[in-house]
Amino acid sequence: MGARSFGAVALAVVVAGLAVTRVLDNQYYYFAGYVVLQYVVLATAWNILGGYTGYVNFGTPAFFALGAYTAVVLIQSLKAPLAIQLVAGAIISGLLGLALGYLTLRLRGVFFSIATLALAVVLQTMFINWEYTGGARGITLVRPASAPLFGNYVQFLFVVMLGLAVLAVATAWWIERSWIGRGLTAIRDNEEAAECMGVPTLRLKLVATTVSGVLMGLAGAPFPYYVTFVEPTSVFDLNYAVNSLAMPMIGGSTTWIGPVIGAVLLGTAQQIATVTISSALNLLLVGLILVAFVILAPEGIVGLVQRLARRSGERTRRSGV
Amino acid sequence: MVWLDLLLNALAAGILLGGFYAAVSLGIALAFGLLDIVNIAHPVFVMLGSYVAYGMNARFGFDPILTGLLFTPVFYALGVLLYRVYYVSFERKGAESLRGLVFFFGVLFIVEVSLLLAFGVDYRMVEARYIGETFQIGPVGIAFRLLVPCVVGVALTGALYLFLSRTFYGRAIQAVAQDSFALRLMGANPFRVKGIAFGLAIATAALAGALLIMIGPVEPAMNREYIGRVFAVAVLGGMGSIGGTLVAAIIVGVAESLTSTFYGPSWGVAVSFGVLLLALAVRPSGLFGR
Repeated sequence: MGARSFGAVALAVVVAGLAVTRVLDNQYYYFAGYVVLQYVVLATAWNILGGYTGYVNFGTPAFFALGAYTAVVLIQSLKAPLAIQLVAGAIISGLLGLALGYLTLRLRGVFFSIATLALAVVLQTMFINWEYTGGARGITLVRPASAPLFGNYVQFLFVVMLGLAVLAVATAWWIERSWIGRGLTAIRDNEEAAECMGVPTLRLKLVATTVSGVLMGLAGAPFPYYVTFVEPTSVFDLNYAVNSLAMPMIGGSTTWIGPVIGAVLLGTAQQIATVTISSALNLLLVGLILVAFVILAPEGIVGLVQRLARRSGERTRRSGV
Repeated sequence: MVWLDLLLNALAAGILLGGFYAAVSLGIALAFGLLDIVNIAHPVFVMLGSYVAYGMNARFGFDPILTGLLFTPVFYALGVLLYRVYYVSFERKGAESLRGLVFFFGVLFIVEVSLLLAFGVDYRMVEARYIGETFQIGPVGIAFRLLVPCVVGVALTGALYLFLSRTFYGRAIQAVAQDSFALRLMGANPFRVKGIAFGLAIATAALAGALLIMIGPVEPAMNREYIGRVFAVAVLGGMGSIGGTLVAAIIVGVAESLTSTFYGPSWGVAVSFGVLLLALAVRPSGLFGR
């Protein structure tokens, strides 16, 4: 997709989202839509590191929760507006991402993944023991009653998350097209060879982990106002780790559209399943779908479609002769 | 001398806990250390073992350790089956490391949610006559609910050590970790040998699960805190060294017990992950690395 058409689609998505808030009144759709969009951000952020570079991050909850808790601290201490919460959450999670990037100097492959899991648990323990943000009991926050231009604050949060989703996808789209994306792919295929060819692997990995961290922090920052109750177990939930990794794997982890497809499909399916079946059962489905895709279709939906397109292309060529 | 008493008690509890952690970590030392299979789902199989022990205890009044021993063959078969799926889907294609990791992450999730659906989020425990007992050595109280798991854990470690060093298949497992091609030249099939090793790794989870529920009540999500613990122990122990695993388990056990006693139990979990991060950052080959 060219830059102009990508921009046009992005603009159309935002305009459509704004238009919806003028028409649709049922609050449930905004609550559900927010979660799906949040997964678009998280899955895209995960994919910038995991899909392009091949460093599997199990620590999504750590970055997400750090963004959320940064917002909590700002609300508690300064009553800061959402814009400041977003910026601060992005910076703090970005710094954690930068630190994680330096960790890749020593830890590769599996060890890196285990370290990210460890990171999430250590951070969770710290927040459990930090009384200022509510400790293990959690903290209740008061959501502003309304936002300017929007009748309702939840609608406003929905539009904010929509904007973040567009920002995240645009970032991934841009990285994929620039020399950074090519460098990251080189790292995924063979890090030693890339280094030997003069690819600045460390700098590229730092870019990937930091951008990924920033986007995850952005996804987490509006969360306190969305749920109005923040406690360690729910923000550090392993579901974020599983989903943010399952969605790109299911959608296709080598292109920017893959995580979007995965997040929209899986996110929506989970929202429907939570209402109609039960939340535990829908998690079971996510696990089963993830395992099925890893075994049967490792390139995800995008890869499947490409394979089918190639096959039908060959068939038309053959019948043409 | 309250402080000294606390310290001695914490040390004793830590060492006993360490024996149990060895039992939980042996499966990782085998699968991850020797076979390079990143089974992060191992702790969830330990949970499965706990719930089997709970079910047999609640329905038939079976002793948890007896249940653990009885179910080792079942878990062994489960492990062999899981390895087959893993081999056909990943290892044969040479794409095992990261996709295999994601695969086991999915398995972890499936087993955990299945346990959640079957047993709910309530804590479950087992009953046996000796669990509540304690005896005193000077100022140090030794609880049976910790002593029995430690003894069984050390015995299991010893048995596995003897198996790996004395028997043909044990040596073959150690050989497959070093050079599976050379093993094939010696007339052994690496696929079968690895299947046996992975089956054994999962089989230890049946017994470790029984020990876990003896120490305290369990709930399905508990496996997550054990992920850090078992990998900390396996990495610190030097990846596949059975003796090293026991030493590392005791180190982690003592460190956690001391932290819990002097800083509060909510910090306990962070210790093992801290040890893991430290071990990974400073000495990835572990204390007894090859």
